[in-house]
Amino acid sequence: MQDMKMEDIHGEFREYVLTYYDGSSRKVLVTDVESPYPEGRLIVSRTDPEGIITHVNQSFIDMSGYSREELIGAPHYILRHPDMPPVAFKDLWDTLARGEKWQGIVKNLRRDGGFYWVKATVISNIRNGKVVGYTSVRRKPSRQRVAECERLYPTLF
Amino acid sequence: MTTHVFTVSPDFTPDHLSGWFIFNTWLQKTLDAHFHLQLYDDFHSQRAATLADKIDLIYANPFDAPMLVREKGFKPLARFASVTDEAIIAVNAESPYLKVEDLKPGVKLATTEDPDVHMMGMIMLEPADLDTSTVEIIECDSYVLVAKQLIKQTADAGIFLVEAFEDLSSVIRRQLRILVRSQIQVVHHSLMIGPHIMEYREKLLDALLTMQDSEKGRGVLEALGCPKWEYVDDEEMEFMIDLMDTLML
Ligand SMILES: Cc1cc2nc3c(=O)[nH]c(=O)nc-3n(C[C@H](O)[C@H](O)[C@H](O)COP(=O)(O)O)c2cc1C
Repeated sequence: MQDMKMEDIHGEFREYVLTYYDGSSRKVLVTDVESPYPEGRLIVSRTDPEGIITHVNQSFIDMSGYSREELIGAPHYILRHPDMPPVAFKDLWDTLARGEKWQGIVKNLRRDGGFYWVKATVISNIRNGKVVGYTSVRRKPSRQRVAECERLYPTLF
Repeated sequence: MTTHVFTVSPDFTPDHLSGWFIFNTWLQKTLDAHFHLQLYDDFHSQRAATLADKIDLIYANPFDAPMLVREKGFKPLARFASVTDEAIIAVNAESPYLKVEDLKPGVKLATTEDPDVHMMGMIMLEPADLDTSTVEIIECDSYVLVAKQLIKQTADAGIFLVEAFEDLSSVIRRQLRILVRSQIQVVHHSLMIGPHIMEYREKLLDALLTMQDSEKGRGVLEALGCPKWEYVDDEEMEFMIDLMDTLML
């Protein structure tokens, strides 16, 4: 995946290099600008069994800042924020592998370097007894839960 | 001839009651079969009938779709075109509540038995750290009664189906304030066919999707308050069920 570009970033930024599960890495540029969760909406995406995005709704596009074309076919780690501890996503994949639903508070990285918090629920899409992909539905988290995660996540690295 | 049983989600608007009887007559003519329209007073008794295999055709609440498809072998047919289920959280216009986060644990919440609207409403209360354990639920038999609870200030907040809120008289609506309105866009009621009459699926679907082409059909649609029927394929239904599944947690 391409590095994030300076010209796309809004505001002062820090630079990180993230290495993903597939061994690839990418330079990400991160600002302190938070986008508020859109009221009354759900942010929805689906992936194939490997975590490659196959479907996004309009709220997903609006919040992530990427176009539909940039998102479909991209690995879902396109939204990974360096403040998210890797154990959170390990727990996500382990939970799905056990056939259970996963729920958690996630900080996501926008195309413009900003971030947004969500409460995400991820489930397996089972058709004829087989896992054909995953669906994630995000809703507005409570500020209290977000504050707890802001304290907890830095301790999990 | 055997009689098949058709039923409608108990949350239909009273104005359309006769429309469903008209639809049932159309159904029998179209399929040359006997259908009995069985209405239930509440979701609980309708679900019990479905679980006991007493239902052949149902205009179902999205909340019941997981059970109908994944446990009882129902298949989707069609939905009202461009009609989705959305919820509103409203309060008394004079109350101090300006946003959902102003509602605090212990608030009294007026709601109905409509399972999908109630669920969407509860999700919109989560940002205030409210759930069934931290609100006092006042269950009402209709959305007009939800509105009355707010106006009398016997409830702090109410959950409404958007259409029901918009159907309230302007006098009532002026006394209420909307805190948040959902824009989920993929949750909808659907007409679904049961495994015992699956042989009618194609014929019924063809007739539904062309209903607006005849005068008689248009009359039935109008009585239902349906612009026209729109096809729901198996994957669209599975997608909605997966989504409902995430919301039920
Ligand atoms: C359906 C689905 C949705 C996901 N949504 C996100 C997301 O919104 N943000 C995110 O950082 N990771 C998300 N993930 C997890 C990523 O696939 C990935 O595991 C994570 O970003 C960490 O990257 P890594 O696995 O390469 O370490 C999602 C996974 C699935 C299956």
